[in-house]
Amino acid sequence: MMKQFLTLLLAVVALSVPITAQAAPLRIEITEGVIEPLPFAAPDFVPENSAARQLAQDLAQVVADDLAGTGLFRQIPDSAFISQISSFSSPVQFADWKAINAQALITGAVNLESNGRLVVKFRLYDVFAGQELGGGLQFAGTQDGWRRMAHKVADAVYSRITGEGGYFDSRVVYVNETGPKNDRKKRLAIMDYDGANVQYLTDSRSIVLAPRFSPTGDRILYTSYETGFPRIYLLDVASVRRRVLEDQTGTMSFAPRFGPDGQTVVYSVTQGGNTDIYRMDVSTGSAQRLTSAASIETAPSFSPDGSQIVFESDRSGTPQMYIMSATGGEPRRISFGQGRYGTPVWSPRGDLIAFTKQSKGRFHIGVMRTDGSEERLLTASFLDEGPTWSPNGRVIMFTRETQGAGGQASLYSVDISGRNLKRVKTLGGASDPAWSPLQN
Amino acid sequence: MKFVVRALILTSVLAVAACSNPDRFGDDVYLNGGGAAGVAGSVDDPTSPLYFQQAVGDRIFFAVDQSTLSDAAKLTLDGQAEWLSTNGDFSAIIEGHADEQGTREYNLALGARRANTVQEYLVSRGVSPSRLKVVSYGKERPIEICSVESCYAKNRRAVTVISAGMSS
Repeated sequence: MMKQFLTLLLAVVALSVPITAQAAPLRIEITEGVIEPLPFAAPDFVPENSAARQLAQDLAQVVADDLAGTGLFRQIPDSAFISQISSFSSPVQFADWKAINAQALITGAVNLESNGRLVVKFRLYDVFAGQELGGGLQFAGTQDGWRRMAHKVADAVYSRITGEGGYFDSRVVYVNETGPKNDRKKRLAIMDYDGANVQYLTDSRSIVLAPRFSPTGDRILYTSYETGFPRIYLLDVASVRRRVLEDQTGTMSFAPRFGPDGQTVVYSVTQGGNTDIYRMDVSTGSAQRLTSAASIETAPSFSPDGSQIVFESDRSGTPQMYIMSATGGEPRRISFGQGRYGTPVWSPRGDLIAFTKQSKGRFHIGVMRTDGSEERLLTASFLDEGPTWSPNGRVIMFTRETQGAGGQASLYSVDISGRNLKRVKTLGGASDPAWSPLQN
Repeated sequence: MKFVVRALILTSVLAVAACSNPDRFGDDVYLNGGGAAGVAGSVDDPTSPLYFQQAVGDRIFFAVDQSTLSDAAKLTLDGQAEWLSTNGDFSAIIEGHADEQGTREYNLALGARRANTVQEYLVSRGVSPSRLKVVSYGKERPIEICSVESCYAKNRRAVTVISAGMSS
């Protein structure tokens, strides 16, 4: 049966068939520009014991929210259902789901064992083909990890239907903001990608800026004014222990970012008013200067293979983006459009650079190819800045700040197609998001 | 139909190891950044930091994206240099700031340029570099909060914050 599905999927890729209501296989080609979201049904999961009843509902809802939140899927409300799923192993009445135009059906079962172990099973059905898509999957863990299990189910569904990696089982570290604009208090916070499970990682005694995940998501680099001067810190997520990484008197250090090896960090150091880019091995602490121009060089970001660094420099007179070798050397400019370009971030797929653009008094989040071609602006507002990539390179999260005395920062996300712009739920004001890799 | 089980064990350290209350750090006390609040002394006492702030003038302003000193700025800094020469027991931290138009990182670097310009000028007027430190706050500490040029002009600034004793 599996082989049959593979054949089916390959056929779709070859033909690039657009999505239509009937007869089309269960497949979304994200790059084709999906306009009509794919309708799916996610009935409450089947509780296998009474303790699992609430979780069975909640799990199905989180799965549905993940999928619908992409803008690529549309949830069919339970009230439209003709038949119910009362047993996970009984045959599915495809005709009942076809009748309400559910192209995909997600069923699940939940068992909460007396020792607190939670077991979640799910299946995905291609309703119009009248068969399962991919095999069933089972996740087990402790009860407090139930949202992660739901995200994993949704990631599997998303992957099977789009052929892309998922991004729901991921976290976001950001800066929580409270207080008025002229006395803002900032502290690091971490949450699930959808805003759930918020935890603070620092207090707000010192200004903290721009946290960044390590490639495995277990450590975070950020900038703090703890000493009165901006310095880079390295924080272990599990223990919340931190240490200063760069501590040279008379300098400032900021804008750190990990390389793909999780060992190398690129960052900016300011000395004598001049800001340049350095790299450091975090285990040995040995640092190496990569740029030495009188201009501002900052916001460095590694290519996913670690061979190159994209950064921002005003050597031409205005901030523009450049790419250089990861060991330094002569950079080449990649941004040539009208306006100022900053905060370049290399996509995890390696194909695109996301950036902040300032033009005619407006801010934009945009993407371009690494040679500077095909520039595309995805947003426009009074102040958008600081893009971060979803683990699959399909969605960008960023900071949007509103105008005026009551200005507030919040997090937004947008597809790289420019569609599905929406605010990310956070407790209070939020800025400087960094998206984690997909969790294991 | 065969059910393929691929077990995945999620351990209890799924989330950050911490208690469920996100607010485990308690109340916030704001201690640093932005300077200049609660400046010591009397404005009538020419040797006091308050006199420096109010009478000499602790801040100068910059044009958009610029770190060059205007004539008015130089005049203020001449006064600052003179005060620092007379009051040798004090040191100073020069804070560079930017307005909100610009990315966080660029504004940090720009604020540093501005603070450094002030430091160099004061040194050129005879102030010992060992008494001066510089820091940039970028766009993190605006004093005016509207989003029009009249506010931006006051936020593009360098502030000389006097502190007691020689800097270490």
